[in-house]
Amino acid sequence: MKKIIELKNVNKWFDKFQALKDVSLEVNQQEKIVICGPSGSGKSTLIRCINRLEEHQEGQIIVDGNEISENTKDIEKIRAEVGMVFQQFNLFPHLSILDNCTLAPIWVKKMPKKKAEEIAMQNLERVQIADQAKKFPGQLSGGQQQRSALARALCMEPKIMLFDEPTSALDPEMIKEVLDAMVDLAKAGMTMIVVTHEMGFAKEVADNMIFMDEGRIVEKAKTKDFFDNPKSDRTKLFLSQIL
Amino acid sequence: MNTLKPSKHNIKTYLPAGIILIAFSFLDVIMNSFFQIDLVGFFPGIISYFFPLIIGFIGLYLIRVEFSGVRNLDILNKNINSNNFNAVLTLLTLFVILKSISPLINWFFLEANFVGNSKEDCTGDGACWVFIKVWFRRLIYGMYPDPEQWRINTAFLLLFTLVGITFFAPAKIKKYFILFLIFVYPFIGIKLIGGGDFGLTYVETAAWGGLSLTFIISAFAIIFCFPIGVFLALGRRSNLPAIKYISIGFIELWRGVPLITVLFMASVMFPMFLPDGTFIDKLIRVLFAITMFEAAYMAEVVRGGLQALPKGQYEAARSLGMGYWRMNFLIILPQALKLVIPGIANTLLALVKDTPLIFVVGLMELAGMIRLAKTNPNWLGMAMEGYVFAGLVFWIICYAMSRYSQNLEKKLSTER
Repeated sequence: MKKIIELKNVNKWFDKFQALKDVSLEVNQQEKIVICGPSGSGKSTLIRCINRLEEHQEGQIIVDGNEISENTKDIEKIRAEVGMVFQQFNLFPHLSILDNCTLAPIWVKKMPKKKAEEIAMQNLERVQIADQAKKFPGQLSGGQQQRSALARALCMEPKIMLFDEPTSALDPEMIKEVLDAMVDLAKAGMTMIVVTHEMGFAKEVADNMIFMDEGRIVEKAKTKDFFDNPKSDRTKLFLSQIL
Repeated sequence: MNTLKPSKHNIKTYLPAGIILIAFSFLDVIMNSFFQIDLVGFFPGIISYFFPLIIGFIGLYLIRVEFSGVRNLDILNKNINSNNFNAVLTLLTLFVILKSISPLINWFFLEANFVGNSKEDCTGDGACWVFIKVWFRRLIYGMYPDPEQWRINTAFLLLFTLVGITFFAPAKIKKYFILFLIFVYPFIGIKLIGGGDFGLTYVETAAWGGLSLTFIISAFAIIFCFPIGVFLALGRRSNLPAIKYISIGFIELWRGVPLITVLFMASVMFPMFLPDGTFIDKLIRVLFAITMFEAAYMAEVVRGGLQALPKGQYEAARSLGMGYWRMNFLIILPQALKLVIPGIANTLLALVKDTPLIFVVGLMELAGMIRLAKTNPNWLGMAMEGYVFAGLVFWIICYAMSRYSQNLEKKLSTER
């Protein structure tokens, strides 16, 4: 198995507040990792550091062989290979769903418009939303918007997908349709790092689980071990509260 | 007392009575205003003056039947006759309008003079439109020599044709027309009007004037202040300290100075700093000053839009691999500019209406030409006609721009 993401002793501060404390992590290709933990524990900050939406101050982050730091020349190139799905969808409201999907391939990857549209339609098909391609984000339900956002990220044909609480802003009946799309994606062999509280999804998909608290990785374990016999007391407490 | 209150039961008697009273009150006002006939002149002065208001008020009271079942009556009562105070307001508003229509019509048309060539032909009490007619060419073309005026016409005709073609052109080639309009046409237009080459006689800019100059200055300033303003807005939010503080300094400098001072500096002070022998045309200096001045305002309007966008839009754009420029031009600006269309329209309207200030440097657009014409010894006392005309023309221009911005807002809306 090839390593695709490597974090070594990463520390990050927001002014005085230390959001990440000495975080080390390795992710192999096609590996699925689910990160859980209480709010404010640094889960989102961790994955946002991987595509440098947040900057870390100490330690090393290496994505697909490139170290990410303020000296990284082509951070855009690395970001183009790392897809991200946000809690609030963050679709571009002034563009149709199809244009949302084709914009970055056309302008960042210099793909011809026709090909970009083909790929977009394939990905929209994949998340079962192809019939809404001409609509604008404001006309869709939350679940449809989140699936569109997933399709938009996939159109860049990323090597890694990051999910930042993708179902937290959704109504309960829409969570399943988004999780289904994510399960499909996992089965197709994508490398995924998912921050979520959906433990059912984690059990079904994740290879490894990570539990974070107060900026530290408290526990990292195979999914089965993680749920069946967690080692740390903090993990046990957390699991007992949410399961 | 309750039995006398208008209700469904007595609607058959109250409604016709009310309508008759209201009708009579309006008849009185109309007769009074348009035909100088006082129907109730037999009353003492003050009563006859307020008579229509009183009987109109009683009439409105009589027809104020709640849930009458007559649809139009209910709508009327709900909107303009919901209580005594509203009834009085309604009557007052309508009466004031009726009373003022007649003198306006008289001044504008009935007692106005349209025929003739000199002030002596204006014998009526109304407006002397002869003044506008005689000075019309000057008001439109300024001091531009008569035989050359076709050049201004051609330039504007060309502009309108191009705009028309651009408007209806298929989306694919539209952008080329727009680029041509912005980057090539201005030079063609200026060359055509200014002359000096291609066998066209040179006409110095001091001779330009009137409405055509209003258009020229407005168009140039609008075309250039918009992109400059956008870049200043982006600059002010930049992470690079140098760019950020230069932008802030620039914006605050231009915004903090009155336009009239800026224009004065552009025409009087600026040449002093130039090396001897260099000469920059007065009109260009003025254009530069107005453009920079309005760009500073534009920058703040655009910045308002930029600040209104959620952080998530920036993050989504960056997570897709977009750099600073792509993010701003593809994602951020289209949304931000759409948000601030009302503000942009506001700034541009102010720009158009600021053009008369160029009189401080001796250039005369429409209002300036009127100032000149009214001081002509043969045409003294024509200020009213002149400024009413200028006001109408400016209103038409500004109203058209305002409507266009509203259409644009509707067209670009993607909600629901």
